[in-house]
Amino acid sequence: MSAVRVAPPSASADRWSPATLMPPWWRLYPSRILTFWLVELRKIRHDRTELYTRAVQPVLWLLIFGETFSRIRAIPTPPGISYLAYLSPGIMAQSALFIAIFFGIQIIWERDSGILTKLMATPTPRLALISGKAFAAGVRSVSQVVVILVLSAILQIHFDWNPLHLLGVAAAVVLGAAFFSCLSMTIAGIVLHRERLMGVGQAITMPLFFASNALYPVKVMPGWLQGLSAANPMSYEVDALRGMLLGTPSALLLDFGVLAIAVVAGVAAAAALLPRLAR
Amino acid sequence: MTAETALPAGAPPDERQLPVACTDLRVSFGTVQAVDGVSFSIAPGEVFGLLGPNGAGKTTTIRVLTTLIRADSGAVSVFGHDTRTAAMLVRHLIGYLPQQLSADFQLTGYENVWLFARLFDLPRGQRDQRVREVLAAMGLDDVRDRLVSTYSGGMVRRLELAQALVNRPALLVLDEPTIGLDPLARGDVWERVRELREETGMTVLLTTHYMEEADTLCERIALMHHGRIRSEGTPAELKARLGPGATLDDVFRHDVGTAIEDEEMTGGGRDVRRTRRTAQRLG
Repeated sequence: MSAVRVAPPSASADRWSPATLMPPWWRLYPSRILTFWLVELRKIRHDRTELYTRAVQPVLWLLIFGETFSRIRAIPTPPGISYLAYLSPGIMAQSALFIAIFFGIQIIWERDSGILTKLMATPTPRLALISGKAFAAGVRSVSQVVVILVLSAILQIHFDWNPLHLLGVAAAVVLGAAFFSCLSMTIAGIVLHRERLMGVGQAITMPLFFASNALYPVKVMPGWLQGLSAANPMSYEVDALRGMLLGTPSALLLDFGVLAIAVVAGVAAAAALLPRLAR
Repeated sequence: MTAETALPAGAPPDERQLPVACTDLRVSFGTVQAVDGVSFSIAPGEVFGLLGPNGAGKTTTIRVLTTLIRADSGAVSVFGHDTRTAAMLVRHLIGYLPQQLSADFQLTGYENVWLFARLFDLPRGQRDQRVREVLAAMGLDDVRDRLVSTYSGGMVRRLELAQALVNRPALLVLDEPTIGLDPLARGDVWERVRELREETGMTVLLTTHYMEEADTLCERIALMHHGRIRSEGTPAELKARLGPGATLDDVFRHDVGTAIEDEEMTGGGRDVRRTRRTAQRLG
């Protein structure tokens, strides 16, 4: 067997003393997020089937639900904006939500298969690990932005194609996906089993979607539902998307503020429950 | 810089600091006392084996040592660093191979090791070279760009060894490294560990079910049962206690006796489930 040196003499090993390797926290967090980001991109590149299958649902929503409800004209939209145009930012947020909710299942799978144990034994603080996973969900959901933008162009929906606004759209979707993946990972830390998480996930996905402004304006909802919608980060995400894509009046600063705070809270909650998954 | 922070990751360990010092460790899960007052230490460069039936508390002990869980009482230090107060530093010093198959099947071999090179903050300029180096050392040169889902069980295990070695650990922790492998692949993994030891003088802590392997590989052994260490010593010492011709299997039977049947009590069921899952993934 060839004698490959696995560890060179101490002279070069000195450069790897933990004290010099460990970056300060303000470099550690971006570095870990970037790492998980790159890994997620690799996974997407190796297996694109999910990209394609995930594209089916938003297409169906826009083509079937959207086209039909456009004809019925049951839902009031801001002047000059078709229902299809009004709906597409909502579907964008919804399909990102569906991807993100899957991440709790992924972390349970990684726990069962031993991947999580090993990740947690690396010099990666829990908060950094969860942040990395959350933004990996963001990367995956950006693909949905692309799908819906392309489809909207085909359907001749009049979006604001300002590149700066499109960047903002991507940012809002990434933040939304990061929050919902944290929500899912938090529930994973509570229920600990895939089957239970699937149940809970399905039970909360629909309310998150319907108790938001994704399909209809908040003002057509009954009062109690309006309250739910105001507490639902999804509504703020959709509001921001509509504002940037359609130019409808929206509170962008509030929207991004709520999303950012939701992400921070979500990361903290999921990270606090992570040790339960490590046991 | 104090002596404490200057400890190099891959360099020969400080003579004054024991690679592992574990004192009166206790861990319980609910009503189950998984580890019940365990003390042992490992000398620099030693291959130390933690043996015992399913649910004996081996994996729990290792999980405390690798900073994954916290002990109820007692302490473990790695090269003089407490696992509670200096967790990040301890993690930098350890290469860890968990009991389950832990490689990511959706990535290539190279990407799996590269991920850990990044998570251990290896300097950017040396990352690629180091990843190739450990992959070559584990004989995975030719397959490094293939998805791990196409690997055989033995290849996956060697890949995980490569992952555990990428940071030049001063202490290698192997939890049932050959579980679920066929005899040929098992022999291969042990051969690699032996080689590594000869080349680097690294300290190794391992757990195994296979007494024969423990006998030939470990310099010192602690036999655990019901969360306690029942006997400790070199394989020769342990066998000598039972008289001439005794094997480690005999020592194991003597210490553990017929008590194996009630392993369910101490979490053996969960252990078995985990083992089966690993075997399933190996196909």
